[in-house]
Amino acid sequence: MNPSVLSASHINKYFYQPERFQVLQEVNFDVKRGEFLSIVGKSGCGKSTLLYILSTMDTDYEGSLEVNGQRLTGLSQDRLAAFRNEHLGFVFQFHFLLPEFTVLQNVMLPAQKLGKYSNKDIEERAYEKLRLVNMAEHARKPSSKLSGGQQQRVAIARALINDPTIIMGDEPTGNLDKTNSQLVFDIFRKISQENHQTIITVTHDPDFARGGDRIIEMSDGRVVKS
Amino acid sequence: MNLNLSLQIAKTHLLAKKRQTLIAMLGVTFGIAMFIVMISFMQGVNQFLEDSALDASPHVRIYNEVNTQRRSILDEQNPQADALNVVYHQKPKQQLPRIKNGLQMVRLIEQMKGVWGVSPEVSSQAFFNNGPIQISGIIAGIDYPRENRLYNLDNRLKAGSFQALLTNPKGIVVGANLARKLNVAVGDKVSVTTPTGGNLTLRVVGIFGFGIGTIDNTRCYTSISSVQEILGKDASYITDIHIKMTDPLLALPFGQTLRQQFGVYTEDWATANQAILAGKKIRNVMTFVISMTLLVVAGFGIYNIMNMNVINKLKDIAILKATGFGGKDVVAVFLWQAIIIGILGGLLGLLLGFSISYALSITPFDAGDLLSIKTFPVIFKMEYYVMGMAFGVITTILAGYFPSRRAAKIDPVAILRG
Repeated sequence: MNPSVLSASHINKYFYQPERFQVLQEVNFDVKRGEFLSIVGKSGCGKSTLLYILSTMDTDYEGSLEVNGQRLTGLSQDRLAAFRNEHLGFVFQFHFLLPEFTVLQNVMLPAQKLGKYSNKDIEERAYEKLRLVNMAEHARKPSSKLSGGQQQRVAIARALINDPTIIMGDEPTGNLDKTNSQLVFDIFRKISQENHQTIITVTHDPDFARGGDRIIEMSDGRVVKS
Repeated sequence: MNLNLSLQIAKTHLLAKKRQTLIAMLGVTFGIAMFIVMISFMQGVNQFLEDSALDASPHVRIYNEVNTQRRSILDEQNPQADALNVVYHQKPKQQLPRIKNGLQMVRLIEQMKGVWGVSPEVSSQAFFNNGPIQISGIIAGIDYPRENRLYNLDNRLKAGSFQALLTNPKGIVVGANLARKLNVAVGDKVSVTTPTGGNLTLRVVGIFGFGIGTIDNTRCYTSISSVQEILGKDASYITDIHIKMTDPLLALPFGQTLRQQFGVYTEDWATANQAILAGKKIRNVMTFVISMTLLVVAGFGIYNIMNMNVINKLKDIAILKATGFGGKDVVAVFLWQAIIIGILGGLLGLLLGFSISYALSITPFDAGDLLSIKTFPVIFKMEYYVMGMAFGVITTILAGYFPSRRAAKIDPVAILRG
């Protein structure tokens, strides 16, 4: 019923430092539109590495990657950057906001880069996304003045600003307490169900993973359970 | 690529680290300020040296060369190529250094295009006697108003006046060093003897100093008629014609024209002052080398700061890249910072450079009683400021470009994974 938005086939990846070592072996999977997918596995199983390949930031792999029906393997860095800008959103473990900018500016930046709307529209949309994560009242604060959980929610608003097809999270709750984790989970759950945006997260948190639609379990660079 | 957006990010980065920005700016400021001061001052010194040397010499001098070597009458009468004429011990001909029809020539040249002033002179070697002391020198009979137009004599005066030469034809204006050696002051008498034996007693009416040893040590001015009288010559006897042009560079072709037209010997200022011109070129090169060094040092300062800036911002660069900023955007962000630092620092540098130059130009400077300057010679020229700004901005952009390119090449994965 739902078309596939991401398909990875025959992904192999090697590390060369300190010696040649295969991190990912023949990874194949498809993700459907609106799906809430969690990738789990022990530390060092290659799940983060896989996520960064899916995110297009890591281009040093074998195999092929398609998102939205567009083949991304082999595109230039600048083309990939433009693609990420429009179709992918990111949430990282250590919240990573730009500390010199206000909350609102942080959320607006990717949209200003995309340049699809006027600055006024972008601001309106940014407020809308901030309301979604319950951070609208902090919009004018410098982002360095926020707590960890608050920063993570702003990061989610930033990931959503361009209405991307896929939102990726690298341990988005890894640094948060129970309450904040639950908050982040609820937001993800909501956007996947209401906006039909696809969520792919790497997580150690079994509760977080169980709450999603599907779990991919990895071990020693292979998908062991899907 | 969105230049406005990268400019906005650059501004935010600069304002967030105000102290670091200020220090980077001051590097450019001092570099450019010193560049301006250096070049204004050095060129001022150049100009001063050139002026003081060239002011005292004509652009073109017409004279008659006395040469004891001449063709014998036999050669002139019997000019066969295959014959050998031998004349032993040919005696020098009686020959005068006079310029034929000198005064008429002066009037003709005065009408010519590009001529600023013409002055006839009668000059002769002379001995100046004061009691038993004899000192050799040169006595020049001048037409005071004309000579003054050429050499600005009134400005060179240390005591007395040149005007007195007009009312008192038996007056003499003595070079400062010569006057000291003769121990004479205004009002004293000096006896002048020429090599041909003529003798005349003149009264000192003035003392001058050009600031050039060879002139102040030997030269005296008096009226043309006095010199003609000592030499026992008629009123049309002229030995030198000095010409100044409106543009010194016209002097070289003009001298050739005169040579062809009147059949006289001419000498132009460039030939007469080759050492000064060579010195000027060397000083110009030196000025530019030092100035460039200053700017390059400032450039390295900016390079260091920009490099540190990039390293401090690794995380931010990774985020920008993750959210879709391309390599060019990242280069633009950091290049903008360099450009802003360069332009603001540069403008401040121009201001500081001007202030220091101005302060220098009004600083009293005791050059001794010989030189005609009271303060340091400084030249103010728009050109230097434009040049300083241009070089400053170019250096900053270069110094900012390499760190920016490094920033663009950063792999976001390595940083985001921690």
